[in-house]
Amino acid sequence: MKLTHEQVLKIADLARLELSKAEVEKYAEQLSAILDHVEALNELNVNDIEPTAHAVSVPTPLRADVARQDEMLEKSLGNAPDREGPFFKVPKVLG
Amino acid sequence: MELFELTIHQLQDLLKNKKASSREITESVFKRIQSVENKVHAYVTLTEETALQQAKKADEKISKNGGAIHELPLLGIPIGIKDNFLTEGIKTTCASKILNNYIPPYNGTAVQKLIDAGMILVGKLNMDEFAMGSSNETSYFGVSRNPWDLERIPGGSSGGSAAAVAAGEGFASTGTDTGGSIRLPACLTNLVGIKPTYGRVSRYGVIAFASSLDQVGPLAKDVTDAALMLQTLAGYDPKDSTSLNLSVPDYKKVLGQSIKGWKIGIPKEYFIDGMDPEVAKSMQAAISVLKRLGAECRDVSLPHTNYGVPTYYILATAEASSNLARYDGIRFGYRNSETKNLVNLYKKSRSEGFGAEVKRRIMLGTYVLSAGYYDAYYLKAQKVRTLIRRDFEEIFKTCDVILTPVSPTPAWKMGEKMTDPLKMYLSDIFTININLAGLPAMSLPCGMTPSGLPIGIQLISKHFEEEKMLQAAYAYEQATEWHTRRAKL
Repeated sequence: MKLTHEQVLKIADLARLELSKAEVEKYAEQLSAILDHVEALNELNVNDIEPTAHAVSVPTPLRADVARQDEMLEKSLGNAPDREGPFFKVPKVLG
Repeated sequence: MELFELTIHQLQDLLKNKKASSREITESVFKRIQSVENKVHAYVTLTEETALQQAKKADEKISKNGGAIHELPLLGIPIGIKDNFLTEGIKTTCASKILNNYIPPYNGTAVQKLIDAGMILVGKLNMDEFAMGSSNETSYFGVSRNPWDLERIPGGSSGGSAAAVAAGEGFASTGTDTGGSIRLPACLTNLVGIKPTYGRVSRYGVIAFASSLDQVGPLAKDVTDAALMLQTLAGYDPKDSTSLNLSVPDYKKVLGQSIKGWKIGIPKEYFIDGMDPEVAKSMQAAISVLKRLGAECRDVSLPHTNYGVPTYYILATAEASSNLARYDGIRFGYRNSETKNLVNLYKKSRSEGFGAEVKRRIMLGTYVLSAGYYDAYYLKAQKVRTLIRRDFEEIFKTCDVILTPVSPTPAWKMGEKMTDPLKMYLSDIFTININLAGLPAMSLPCGMTPSGLPIGIQLISKHFEEEKMLQAAYAYEQATEWHTRRAKL
């Protein structure tokens, strides 16, 4: 499996990453090598096998829907790179 | 012997008999840090001032009430925390530029439990960035060194956790293990490391890498200390919906019980051609010891062993690409503020904030989950995961525990595997399948190479039967002396 530079750029865009030319080249090569290694799984016939999402199955836990006061607002906002009052500040989204 | 060289259970005796105070113990650790940390580089953040205050409080508690030591199992004991565990008010970086200034608003459950048990927090430990790595070399803050040979890596991703304890810069530490990240560094630094069953220890407040594989566990100097740490960490937590509501046995009770008549499975797939001859030799010696203790070692087969690494690198990267989507430069973490366009803000913040290995895994994970490839990669890997899990279930029908090596080689030189990611990924070949199967496993010292590098064995138990591997580990440990050796720095 050989990834082209276009494919690498497409993946980077989906992952919201910006890559330099050198990175595109490096990742194309390295990701292709890893995907070659992964090809080994094609030796197995798994058509009738159930997938495992979690090795230990846990029932979905439910809790009462009770409102509670969270006192972490100020501390949480304190980590924001940019804020205004109780809001996170971001660049303009709509033109 | 200096205080910093002792084990937790030895310190507890000293505290009980008033032969040492927590202040003396804590000062001994920070003095040791002063003299060796510039060589080892195990910590990202040190909390000396608060540690000394905590030690003073611990001493007051002990002098008021001698029984406090029994009620609080870690009272007055200095411990280090891996830097992917949230600590309230203390910087938590995940060894990444993107979280370089992150101050968590709360303590994760594991950390809170250790605090409630009386621990003295020494500081936050270095690691591979976002726990992605096997050598500790992907840290934004630079590599931690192996105290047994400073030119070599301590293993990863919990490399700082291992280096600190092996160097006497703390008596135990926490780690996380997604594919071997507790067991490999413990093995390469002559420590005991436990990866509990998936669901045994809460992951609440631990920065996620691959949520179906991540598990929290301890690194310590011997089995007794590791069991004590696990006892404190284990248990149901309603804040982690994957933690299981099962009672936790008293692990101390099994330490010292015989393993006579036990059946120990030795999987033939774990004795590969590329294995270092010293590792192979130590494994055979370990098998002889277990036989002498009355266990029956039998050859078994885990036929899908070789599919573990490819399965893991699909599932773990897919989950990571999703988990790491939250680092967008908006609510916390690094932001590139030069751009006025939102998508570019995401892209620039992430590209400048993440290191090369993290980006590589996000890319791989994004690819295997992208439209048209999901069935071929992700779904297929989940199916192979079932086969790997079943392999183990089959063996456990007839065996009490499974014995394997932890690493095919002792600690390697810095830089040796950094240019070839695939080569690095293969260092986890003996540990990765245990995470895929969700089983508990532990690493413990079993030998030394002629040049003095530690070698370890891995014991694997059935789901939620940590006490079985602990029983076997303790019996083995008491019959050997490897765990008493300390790195000379």
